[in-house]
Amino acid sequence: MLTIENLHATVEGKEILKGIDLDVKAGEVHAIMGPNGSGKSTLSSVISGNEDYQITKGSLVFKGNDLVELDAEERAHLGVFLSFQYPVEIPGVTVTNFIKTAINANRKAKGLDDMPASELLKKIREKAQLLEIDSKFLSRSLNEGFSGGEKKRNEIFQMAMLEPALAILDETDSGLDIDALKIVANGVNKLKSKENAVIIITHYQRLLDYIVPDFVHVLFDGKIVKSGTKELAHELEAKGYDWIKELA
Amino acid sequence: MHSAPADVVKVFHFKKLSMAYTEEELKKELETKEYEYGFYTDIDSDTFPNGLNEEIIRKISEKKGEPEWMTEWRLKAYASWCKMIEPEWANVTYKKPDLQAISYYSAPKTKPKYNSLDEVDPELLKTFEKLGISLDEQKKLSGVAVDIVMDSVSVATTFKETLAEKGIIFCSITEAIKEHPELVKKYLGTVVPPRDNYYAGLNSAVFTDGSFCYIPKGVRCPMELSTYFRINQAGTGQFERTLVIADKGSYVSYLEGCTAPSRDENQLHAAVVELIALDDAEIKYSTVQNWFPGDKEGKGGVFNFVTKRGICHNRAKISWTQVETGSAVTWKYPSCILKGDDSIGEFYSIAVTNNYQQADTGTKMIHLGKNTRSTIISKGISAGKSQNSYRGLVQVGSRALNARNFSQCDSLLMGNACGAHTFPYIEAKNNSAQIEHEATTSKIGEDQIFYCNQRGIDTEKAIALIVNGFSKEVLNKLPMEFAVEAQKLLEISLEGSVG
Repeated sequence: MLTIENLHATVEGKEILKGIDLDVKAGEVHAIMGPNGSGKSTLSSVISGNEDYQITKGSLVFKGNDLVELDAEERAHLGVFLSFQYPVEIPGVTVTNFIKTAINANRKAKGLDDMPASELLKKIREKAQLLEIDSKFLSRSLNEGFSGGEKKRNEIFQMAMLEPALAILDETDSGLDIDALKIVANGVNKLKSKENAVIIITHYQRLLDYIVPDFVHVLFDGKIVKSGTKELAHELEAKGYDWIKELA
Repeated sequence: MHSAPADVVKVFHFKKLSMAYTEEELKKELETKEYEYGFYTDIDSDTFPNGLNEEIIRKISEKKGEPEWMTEWRLKAYASWCKMIEPEWANVTYKKPDLQAISYYSAPKTKPKYNSLDEVDPELLKTFEKLGISLDEQKKLSGVAVDIVMDSVSVATTFKETLAEKGIIFCSITEAIKEHPELVKKYLGTVVPPRDNYYAGLNSAVFTDGSFCYIPKGVRCPMELSTYFRINQAGTGQFERTLVIADKGSYVSYLEGCTAPSRDENQLHAAVVELIALDDAEIKYSTVQNWFPGDKEGKGGVFNFVTKRGICHNRAKISWTQVETGSAVTWKYPSCILKGDDSIGEFYSIAVTNNYQQADTGTKMIHLGKNTRSTIISKGISAGKSQNSYRGLVQVGSRALNARNFSQCDSLLMGNACGAHTFPYIEAKNNSAQIEHEATTSKIGEDQIFYCNQRGIDTEKAIALIVNGFSKEVLNKLPMEFAVEAQKLLEISLEGSVG
């Protein structure tokens, strides 16, 4: 599904990613772990098409499409979804209105008409229930005055609505208390299928207790220095990241 | 019906309250609009020489078949205008129009006729498309001959009958001067006197178009009265005069404006609108205006120097809502004089400027009566190299016990070459007054746009979404079908402003 080869990327002229290789197949869950500043969030920004980051070398292929050539919205239309570490506020635009706009923009890209209102409302109700979201929440302005946990839950709600092929969860666990974490993880697990894939970017292995990864990669100084299975996450939790630095 | 007479100055049409805006309704509305049912002003097809003097004013009055008192009124206005000078305090710069180079009376232009849409200005067609106007309608609007079965006569007649039954008068100002002189005489110039300001003075002397509306005591006008067009029918008057009188305990909602960018040869537009809300009356006045703003380099464009003001008697309420996206230079302050006790004034505004547009707009809330309340919500959106200023005055007179005002002025900036300015003036002469002023300035962030992009929403649509969210409080005040149109207009006005 997603093949990354020798990916180098810079921000403001500074090289952050220094040769990443990663292969994600449909049905897989990958966790990318690493200390602060190792390039985890940069990787998610680069995959999703944030123009603040420049790809200087390497390739990024998603379902046979060269992502480097595509704008962020075109990548989204192909099914790339990023759950933001810091979701932005859009005052005056309700959660419902935003998701409606997003869904219809994606449908339009596929040559489909707008989703009928009744179908949309049904889907919203269904997904809100899955994530234990109150209906009042849906008529609030997007992320405005949301708590950290509400913001993250709203990201996963959007993911549930958009049903992407590839979901990148960037530090989705930060700011979540244990109950919210369970709800979010439960939601992600229910949305998982053989057709889609998830990349979890996290500092801690806490979330991985609930969403069990098939592969764990350790990122350090812009490179994947070690890959393994979920045991690697436990090892990191126990030993910290210091020993990783010696691998680099 | 396409051979509509060249002397059609303005055709009025009506809308039922909160009508669902279906294609079918739209068709009806358009038929109604084009059909001869409208109120016409007959004018000869000659044009006066350029320049302004007493003789020209006498001739205007004569052409319009006005009574002597009206001629005198105009001359008096002219005399006082001659002693006035053009104001320079607004935060705008422009080359002053040469008022002696204008012809103050000319036959309205005949709409050009086309055989197919291919001959029509592609820019205009693009705008229509974005507004979601159907092909047939596009043809009609741009003057391409098309046959439409006329089945709406009864609709129009019903509207007219409904209004007449209730004693509502809705006609052109010219007709009102002839048919209802007692009302015009009593109220014209009472809220905006000819001496009020330079452009109001000029308007008073030379106005030739405009509308008049009277709602009798205790009558709730059953439909929105509208002089709203998607495109100018026959060239809009340079100096329009509108007078709305809501008698005791009555209610009216009035819409005016034009959505399609009005490419008008007249550079200067100086309208005057006067609203009179007698005891317990309520007037809602909504405007969506999109005069030609000039091109991307700032060439051309309309100067819109308007005086709009209403007076509230006891327990009366006036609510101004405006969406201003057009004009090269705008100078406009719809105001309320809260003369009566317990009266209410409201001002809800969205002003958008792009490219080289300049807008200096806001309101005046003059609290004179006891327990008067006013609310000001102003949303300024600046893009390109434009300058957008809010200028507002909240004045509390010495006898205005317990006056209350709440003002909120929000500015949204797009890019880094535009400007947003706020000039709030507060004059309180009664220490029981409560005045609140809130102001914010924000920028559309790259991060907001990226967030939308990541969800599959392109940048144009993302901006529209953010702008609509920002303007929501004001858009919500507009009648529904008007709000939808205004929303689309905001999108169009800001196209290409980021990226």
